[in-house]
Amino acid sequence: MTNMIRVSCDRKNLKTIRNFVSDTLAPVVSSEIILNQIILAVDEICANKIIHANQEDSSQYLTLIIRHLKNELELELQDTGRAFEQAAYKEPNILECIRQGKKGGVGVALVNRIMDKVEYRAHGTTNICVLYKTLA
Amino acid sequence: MKIKHTISDNTITISLDGELDASSSVMLDEELSSPNIMKFSKILVDCKNLNYISSAGLGVFISHLQRFEDAQIKLIFFNMQEKVRNVFEILGLDLLMTIVGSYEEAVTISND
Repeated sequence: MTNMIRVSCDRKNLKTIRNFVSDTLAPVVSSEIILNQIILAVDEICANKIIHANQEDSSQYLTLIIRHLKNELELELQDTGRAFEQAAYKEPNILECIRQGKKGGVGVALVNRIMDKVEYRAHGTTNICVLYKTLA
Repeated sequence: MKIKHTISDNTITISLDGELDASSSVMLDEELSSPNIMKFSKILVDCKNLNYISSAGLGVFISHLQRFEDAQIKLIFFNMQEKVRNVFEILGLDLLMTIVGSYEEAVTISND
């Protein structure tokens, strides 16, 4: 099974993407908690791509491709904005975030804890992020 | 996202209805940033109709928690759906914030 959606880089489209993931995966993910986690992981990557990588430029686009083979899920996100610097990423200290009153910075930590593997690569000017999850 | 308030003495109950994501969390942040909120000693957050929360929504609570603690304002969540509570648990926030089952429990714990 392969499903795809392409949306402009507008944060209001986050809801459209979540609905697409939910509609696509509800028949294959029986646990409501696991389904919500996968929706959340995709939402976090999309929010980063829309807000940070593309600065909410609605002339830019984000593509999500969902592949489902047996019990393996692959969720691939593509955009042409600024690439995520994985090497510079540091896991946040939640207590420090609270002390400093930080609003952001925990999204990637959520994604890393939810998914089995997260891969970042580039193909020409396209940035690709692939989220992998094995379903029980 | 719809946000409603109920005020009683020194307590404000904030009811969240909908999805708290990078788009809608701005509204909640404005609500919690209001100087008026510091007049209360208890903030109870009714999550019964909160169907989704992302890091942006968590970030709003994370960013105000220290300020509320410093002002001795109790922030208590109740009626949280299991899938929403799970998101708090992934980051260990359930151990750093007060989350209880019902309104009655929230009132009891806020009086401790």
